[in-house]
Amino acid sequence: MQYEQIVLRYGDLTMKGRNRNRFEKRMIDQVRRALAGFDGISYFKAYGRLYVKLNGQPYEPVADRLKDLFGITSLSPVISSEADLAKIQAAALELMRAIPVQPATFKVSAKRAWKGYPHTSQEMNHLVGGHVLRGLPGLKVDVRNPEVELRVDIQEEAVYLFHEVIPAAGGFPYGSNGKALLLLSGGIDSPVAGWMALRKGLELEAVHFHSYPFTSEQAKEKVVELAKRLSYFSGEPIKLHLVPFTDIQTRLAQSNNDNLIITLMRRAMLRITEELAARSGAGGIVTGESLGQVASQTLPSMNVIGRSAELPLLKPLIMMDKQEIIDIAMRIGTYDTSILPYEDCCTLFLPKSPTTNPNLKIVEKVESLIPDYEALLAAAADGTEAVMLSPDTATAAQAAGEDSWF
Amino acid sequence: MLYFDHCASTPPYEEAVQTMAEVMRAHYANPSSLHAAGTDADKLIERSRALVASQLQTRGGTWLFTGGGTESNNLAIQGAARQYAGRGKHLITTMIEHPSVFETFGRLEREGFRVTYLPASESGHVRPEQVEEALTGDTVLVSVMHVNNEIGTVQPIERIGSLLKRHPKVLFHVDAVQSVGKLPVRIEEWGIDLLSASAHKLRGPKGVGLLYVRDGVTLQPLLAGGAQESGYRPGTPNVPGIVAAAKALRMSTETMEERGRRMAGLKARLLRLLGVIPELRVNGGEPSADHIVHFSYPGMKPEVIVHMLEQHGIMASTKSACSSKDAKPSRVLLALGASLENAAGGIRISFGDEHRERDVDRLGEALRSIVEQLKPLERRLT
Repeated sequence: MQYEQIVLRYGDLTMKGRNRNRFEKRMIDQVRRALAGFDGISYFKAYGRLYVKLNGQPYEPVADRLKDLFGITSLSPVISSEADLAKIQAAALELMRAIPVQPATFKVSAKRAWKGYPHTSQEMNHLVGGHVLRGLPGLKVDVRNPEVELRVDIQEEAVYLFHEVIPAAGGFPYGSNGKALLLLSGGIDSPVAGWMALRKGLELEAVHFHSYPFTSEQAKEKVVELAKRLSYFSGEPIKLHLVPFTDIQTRLAQSNNDNLIITLMRRAMLRITEELAARSGAGGIVTGESLGQVASQTLPSMNVIGRSAELPLLKPLIMMDKQEIIDIAMRIGTYDTSILPYEDCCTLFLPKSPTTNPNLKIVEKVESLIPDYEALLAAAADGTEAVMLSPDTATAAQAAGEDSWF
Repeated sequence: MLYFDHCASTPPYEEAVQTMAEVMRAHYANPSSLHAAGTDADKLIERSRALVASQLQTRGGTWLFTGGGTESNNLAIQGAARQYAGRGKHLITTMIEHPSVFETFGRLEREGFRVTYLPASESGHVRPEQVEEALTGDTVLVSVMHVNNEIGTVQPIERIGSLLKRHPKVLFHVDAVQSVGKLPVRIEEWGIDLLSASAHKLRGPKGVGLLYVRDGVTLQPLLAGGAQESGYRPGTPNVPGIVAAAKALRMSTETMEERGRRMAGLKARLLRLLGVIPELRVNGGEPSADHIVHFSYPGMKPEVIVHMLEQHGIMASTKSACSSKDAKPSRVLLALGASLENAAGGIRISFGDEHRERDVDRLGEALRSIVEQLKPLERRLT
């Protein structure tokens, strides 16, 4: 079956009130950018929907790309017909015949949005349904619980027919809920948190702390790959801040507070991130923390760590189980990268018994005793390098050697 | 010299030779070393791997680099048979496989596996129905070559693959050493689980084999050692060879169509020339690969013809280079039901990119004069 277009539905949430126009515009921009690699595709808007005209492009790869974009609740491959009864009937029969596994029951749901069309919705249900029944003996109508619901959408410009409704990623279009920084470690959780934040329409920049030579170049490349994957979902390039963390970490490791070191490290990260957020105009910090998962993610730990920052801390995974997080990581294609065995700075200097119940007063006291601590934090923020990444940014391996060798 | 032995080995692309030398000079570090020189070498392997996957259009699966086509075949067949021995101990292959497949099955037979060897038709083809009939509940692996290395016949891989899709527990290995870079191979579409190829057959360096392993398939490694190549192939990878192999593969696949058309023209021309020498009999029917022509001079020792062609400055082969020192009649020809004397007398001509029509004419002329010379000695030399 050669589909002519794909209809995208936004869902109710984005359609309310004065924000509608803004959301719709963002949606179209986002779809356009995501489909930039496909030639000849055109777009037109209708109330609460966006039509992507394929103009000869195959349906599957386009639909596969759209399914991963946020702000779309569902999509359907559509064929169109002129607003002429015989032609609508023929198109309906053709569409039903093309279903790979023929259903036993169906119903027609016609909707006459264009009141200039001579037959009412009710009449069309019978006229189209009757024609399909005559063409496909053995098929029965079941209005309550049909296996296939054939929709006939009568608009002024054309009549659209479809039966498949494919769920999409949902959420809000990119950037429709402001901007935040994501702490991206290279583990399993933080990319999932990033994906969920993007899904809620946040514009994201990622922040990664590296402690070369205690961490390897590969650990950094892993984070680059994860950030690239996130930018596939937003359809926008993503900025990755690479913060030099070696000096701070070695200083903390020498402060003889082994059981507090994770708490101190996390606080330092938040303070540097808050400084970076101020510079890039971000209004929140997203982390991949999940309650109780590790020592730094107990409620008392989060309390003490969180007090080092004033910005809202968004923790999409906070009440999720590890397996649920892993399932999402696999679905969004970050899992295999996340489990590559390169140590990141969060697992460095890991004490035997990190505290699960740090004391804020003691933590603040320890920090105040570290010489030039403020200057160290400022130097880390100042020494931060940023790279822009998109899914087609060459990986370290893709850029290896001389191009002439390949 | 006129070199007509491209099935045995090919002259490498100049660019591949250059790449190999440059990489060998610049990236001598061990790709498994942790330091930057090591990881740089490792990235070259990964870039090569990605290039192989894109050229051979595989989206999933893993491409392993081995030490050659023979190793790829051994690793695929022994590795899969041993890994899945708990599932069943029956294997299927054909009578016309390359020795690196055929002898591997012989070894497995001695280890206690049961092997069905499918015969080929007179035209040199195995039918998919034969595979289906040979399947038992105990079958774990089917191995069928794509292009026969001796007579050039093309086996119905796509149809065998599609019938095996109904038997998801039976793995499908294809020895594509003579076809990759020469004719289209649609690994995922055809349902292939394991596929072997070799770089020096497509104008890359010797000592580099490729093995495709579909996602979800596990192999038992042949060697004990380090965890290189996903643990399947211990040993320090041949970095310069691998990069040059990937480059040669790209150059071959990118020009495949155009080269294929030229080979078809050369083959048709040679067949016309052979057609007027009644003593010579062309072996194998269609479909067959355009870069291979195989014929016999019944009653004549093939080495004599090889040596006389040599006197004309022409290099050709008797049978598979891997068994050509063996004076017995060709197992492949015998499998097609050839008479003993016919099977003893096979000559293989295989074309390459450097050949032009005048080269084929020279070959035809040389053969005509050799036959004329040998005619009075027929049967006395067998």
